[in-house]
Amino acid sequence: MSEHTLLSLNDLSLSYGKNTVVDRLNLEIARGELIALLGPSGCGKTTTMRAIAGLMTPSGGKIVLDGRDITRVPPNRREVGLMFQSYALFPHLSVFENVAFGLKLKGVRGATLSDRVNEGLRAVGLGGYADRRPADLSGGQQQRVALARSLVMDPKVLLLDEPLSNLDARLRLEMRTELQRVQRANDLTMVFVTHDQSEALSLADRIVVMQDGAIEQLGTPEDIYNRPESAFVADFVGFENIFTLEGGKLTGKGEAFALPEPLPEGAKGMAWRPRFVRLGDGAFRGTVIGAAFVGQMREYVLETPIGQIKADVDAGEPAHSLGKELAFDLRVEDAVVLKR
Amino acid sequence: MKSKFFVFLPLALTLIFLIGPFIVIVMAGLSSGNNLAFPPPGLSLKWVIKVFSIESFRDSFAVSMFLAIFGTLAALILGIPASYAMSRYKVPGAETVRLIVSSPIIVPGIIVGLALLRYFVVPLSLSITLALFVAHTALILPYAVRVVSASLNNLRSDIEEAAILLGASRAGAFFRVVLPNIRGGVLSAFILGFVTSFNQVPVSLFLSGPGVRTLPIDMIGYMETTYDPSVAALAALLAFLSIGIVFVAERFLGFTRYV
Repeated sequence: MSEHTLLSLNDLSLSYGKNTVVDRLNLEIARGELIALLGPSGCGKTTTMRAIAGLMTPSGGKIVLDGRDITRVPPNRREVGLMFQSYALFPHLSVFENVAFGLKLKGVRGATLSDRVNEGLRAVGLGGYADRRPADLSGGQQQRVALARSLVMDPKVLLLDEPLSNLDARLRLEMRTELQRVQRANDLTMVFVTHDQSEALSLADRIVVMQDGAIEQLGTPEDIYNRPESAFVADFVGFENIFTLEGGKLTGKGEAFALPEPLPEGAKGMAWRPRFVRLGDGAFRGTVIGAAFVGQMREYVLETPIGQIKADVDAGEPAHSLGKELAFDLRVEDAVVLKR
Repeated sequence: MKSKFFVFLPLALTLIFLIGPFIVIVMAGLSSGNNLAFPPPGLSLKWVIKVFSIESFRDSFAVSMFLAIFGTLAALILGIPASYAMSRYKVPGAETVRLIVSSPIIVPGIIVGLALLRYFVVPLSLSITLALFVAHTALILPYAVRVVSASLNNLRSDIEEAAILLGASRAGAFFRVVLPNIRGGVLSAFILGFVTSFNQVPVSLFLSGPGVRTLPIDMIGYMETTYDPSVAALAALLAFLSIGIVFVAERFLGFTRYV
């Protein structure tokens, strides 16, 4: 454990009855880091987040926060904040009372209380909304109240459950900027859960890709996006053409194909983004069965002996019509090599 | 026009059927004559005034009020935690519990009354007041559980978790966050329970005894010996009381949302 580690999960196992959802997970999160837990639904990311919050008791392992083992500490004494996906504002209380809720329980009263609440509301741009009810606010405003309510408590870690998924595209950008600003301003450690790769890539310092209750890959957004280590991660970040290597042969949904060049050592698979498939020349042949103009690019789907191939070509290139037979190339130098 | 007529006719008949008896009772209670009769020979308030001077009515009204208020409170004290447990946790056999809790509505009151008397009140030699109190609590419980459950099910459980993460204890989260948000349902359950208890006849008939009887039972007893319009006058007063309570409840709580 490095001296910068704030939160560490050691061999954390989580289960619902006999059904193990997370199996011996290990993760270290540094102070001030913004971490994304990314994965499809059912991968254990939300369960892991709930365990950090203390809303779920681990079946094994330890959770250490700021040097203190909090595995058995009840959620109301953990100093962990959670912004719920549904925001979970208290409908019977005003915005002010919502934000004041936790502070009052801590014994903060009078002028100190109203100063801290108003400061919290101003920090999320809701200075004039103290007297409103949650029901009178838009979804984006409700989320800001929820954020303020967690922030005024000065949590050691702030957990966020799908923080951007309920927002439309414009608000999403706004909230993303807001979260980054708040995080830098307070040097806050944040862990957020998402199933959306673009959300994770755009917001996180590091991404934890999870599948079936285990960490599939851990790395910076650039690592995850450009150097996926497994077919699962490659698929998740948009490598459409993914093959395994069996006995030096490229194996997909169709026939196996022996690659001409010497293969990288230890490679278990190879994947190509659609824009790295070279059309017009090469050892492979396929028939165009789908073509779509999407602005900068044309997206093609080719039916080939090795399976369907997706290829994106600059829209400036001459177009290919449906049914046309084309040569194409999958070059080893363009591929990402999958180690698992 | 014709089709509208056939829609409105049953509606009109239904309304007449529902409101008719009420009008008959009110008119009979305002009679100036000495016998229970409709139409009355003339109108006066003398029977309405006389109701307040009949001592047994005053006693049985007190008994009925006591049962309605404290029976309903007891049913809520039992029913709110039960509803909470069933809505928040996977209680084994929750459906069976729900059915058993509802049984006093389903099983005819006359059977409930007989069973309580024969196998509960007599063997334990309970006092009449205690027997009535227990019986009314049991009768109100299904309404309390149903109405409170309905409003709990409309409440998201994550607001409790949010309260706990902000430092509240489990009990604190319940009292600070859950209870305030189901307040309308609890008050509606109280009113429904109160009216149910106040109007209860079959069970009270079995359990009432010398000196302690509920108002409806007392009214039946009075009519067996005296055939004057004071019973009609009392019935009209009670009807206005019920209407008033429900009107206020609807006005301030949106009562019918919960029932």
